[in-house]
Amino acid sequence: MSALSVTYVLMFYLATALLVFGLVRKIVQYAQTPAPLKIPTTPAPVTKSGVVLRMASEVVLFNSLFKASKWTWLFGWMFHLALLLAFFRHLRYVISPDSFLWPLVNLEIVQSFGKYAGFAMIIGLLGLFGRRIFVDRVRYISSPSDYLMLLLILGIAVTGMMMSFVAHTDIVHLKEFILGLIYFNWQPVPTDPLLLIHLSLIIVLMIIFPISKLLHAPGVFFSPTRNQVDNPREVRHVAPWAAKLDAESDS
Amino acid sequence: MADFETPELTEIPVVPHIKEGVMADSKPYVAKADFQEALGFPGELVDNWEKVAVDKLGELKGKYRSLQVFLDSCVKCGACTDKCHYYLGTSDPKNMPVARQDLLRKVYRRHYTFAGKYFPKLVGAVDMTKEVLDDWYSYYHQCSQCRRCSVYCPYGIDTAEISMAAREIMDEIGVGQKYCNEIIAKVFKIGNNLGLPEPALADTLEGLEEEVEEDTGIPIKFPLDVKGADIMLVTPSADFFAEPHVDGLIGYAKVFHEAGASWTISSYASEAANFGMFIGSYENMRRVSRRIRKAAKDLGVKRIIFGECGHAWRVAYSFLNTLAGPWDFLDPNYPVPQHICEYTHDLIQQGKLKFDKSENDHMTLTFHDSCNVARASRMGDKPGGQFRIPREIIKATCNNFYDMPSDTIGEATFCCGGGGGLLTDDLMEIRVKGAMPRMQAYKTVVEDHGVTNVAAICAICKTQFAKVLPYYGFTMDQIISLHQLVGDALILSDAPSEATATESSEE
Ligand code: SF4
Ligand code: SF4
Repeated sequence: MSALSVTYVLMFYLATALLVFGLVRKIVQYAQTPAPLKIPTTPAPVTKSGVVLRMASEVVLFNSLFKASKWTWLFGWMFHLALLLAFFRHLRYVISPDSFLWPLVNLEIVQSFGKYAGFAMIIGLLGLFGRRIFVDRVRYISSPSDYLMLLLILGIAVTGMMMSFVAHTDIVHLKEFILGLIYFNWQPVPTDPLLLIHLSLIIVLMIIFPISKLLHAPGVFFSPTRNQVDNPREVRHVAPWAAKLDAESDS
Repeated sequence: MADFETPELTEIPVVPHIKEGVMADSKPYVAKADFQEALGFPGELVDNWEKVAVDKLGELKGKYRSLQVFLDSCVKCGACTDKCHYYLGTSDPKNMPVARQDLLRKVYRRHYTFAGKYFPKLVGAVDMTKEVLDDWYSYYHQCSQCRRCSVYCPYGIDTAEISMAAREIMDEIGVGQKYCNEIIAKVFKIGNNLGLPEPALADTLEGLEEEVEEDTGIPIKFPLDVKGADIMLVTPSADFFAEPHVDGLIGYAKVFHEAGASWTISSYASEAANFGMFIGSYENMRRVSRRIRKAAKDLGVKRIIFGECGHAWRVAYSFLNTLAGPWDFLDPNYPVPQHICEYTHDLIQQGKLKFDKSENDHMTLTFHDSCNVARASRMGDKPGGQFRIPREIIKATCNNFYDMPSDTIGEATFCCGGGGGLLTDDLMEIRVKGAMPRMQAYKTVVEDHGVTNVAAICAICKTQFAKVLPYYGFTMDQIISLHQLVGDALILSDAPSEATATESSEE
């Protein structure tokens, strides 16, 4: 195998390891850090199932963002939905045709939606980028990393779209490479420059995911203002470190 | 009136362009050593405070999931940037919620994240320096912890949590805020924010009894330290004599009287307010709260009811069970604690209170939802009861009521500008400017519906309104207590039949 292929194989393993390790570490940290006080932003659901609904409306519809800013919501939601559709489309490259999932993944609707979602993704990203540049308040709060993050994802989207619409890449070859990674039966990486850029950017994204603001993905599920049940009078809520204070005091 | 300009009230609300640094000099007085120490904090800036601060941040993020998750999750989407009344009123970008958070986040990133340690410029990470501390002291005291930003953030990031953490860190290195810390020290020493000792309180209540009897011809009681009473009323100490608070207290007393309730105030826990929350100190908040537990046990009461106060109701509703519970020694048939509005509302539902609404006909009302009631607690058993119940009480006691524009009430309510420990004269500029969005909404109903008064259920809101209304061309007496409306319209069934004595007492 060429040095290029070896590099990509190693980089993919490294990126996957960092992504998984980093995310697990963060999720464990979030789960283990106590929330000593009841702080749901009210009006809040008074039951667990209500909280599930609230969380679903946040994660699926971006409910709070919708209340806040219609433009940011539009671009942000468009981008995330397109990301999801593109993700489904890409399953074709990692699932082998004899898997029971294959018929699902290979559905015309999944494939073409995924293909055109790329446009929505690029429009969404450009919209978010535009806000960052043109709205003085958003410009003020942006660090270099905030622009770079958008450019990185934009780079992934654009190279991906070019392979769909401009210069088709060798899908069969790519799939062999990916399946080779999964089954530890390494195959050479295709040498199409567009594809190599696409893959490199994805590797970068995987590596920075757990050490960047992309942590909002797991974070939202742990946000006490959104995931707590509003029942402080009915159920006494005490964190372990606070319970120690109780044990020390007399009454 | 002062050495700053009162913001203009425009026809339609506008989001201002940023003007950097305009509020950098707004800082409250620093707490003296005595008061710092009374709360368990160092008296003055400690040696190597930079390290102490960073370590404390590390400790806090391990104790509060909110802090850890919020510091990591912000994507700088900007959705919160136009949601803070202090930004809208001052144009200072550091009053945008996310920018306020970033003052702390940049230190967090520098010391506790990979990117901040190795690529600080890239992610805007900085060390803990004197400039950073100055910014903290200015801008974490320009946050009323109203949680409006948390309503709109896609991850529910609540800047109040960040402000509380920052204030706790500052206390920990010896730089506390005078106003809050002095008050907490007074509660520990005397039992209330005002430093009103038991004999003075007894005097005040007696005076009130005389006044009300003169007014109504009925001996309505304001009992103090009555052992074995059913209900203990815990109310903000401003209710004992500040205007318009005291009219609210008279209202509660009339309701208790009409209901035939046995109730009492405690001189030991003669304060509903709990400024421990404002400074983010669990320990101090707990210590203040446990006075209520002790008072309830000592007096042997069965129920606890809180008077009109926003942040006090947050601590009471959301935290009291945690901080001072369990309340298994009280009557299990009632929630612990209850809000006076829940109590009055229940009585109205049961048909036990009769009102002559025309007593309030000289006013056209609107209602100000206090932030901590609106976004950090509840009344009744359904979400949103905190909006419904006070309005139903107003509608039961008044003929003329109009709400302010819908994007300025309910969960979207604008802070009065004086909450979160900012209700002090040394912060007058930020208080006046921060009141702008609320004043704008008020002006709308004044012009459109001829509204003459605004009712509130928070001691801080009432004091703040009385102070800032005149800056915007209104008069200070336009703010009233919700229970004043109740008290004035309530028909007392044991009133002398020649009811000439029930002439209204206000104005
Ligand atoms: S909590 Fe309120 S005062 Fe503080 S930043 Fe958020 S909106 Fe502004
Ligand atoms: S709305 Fe939330 S995520 Fe967006 S900038 Fe504000 S704090 Fe950050």
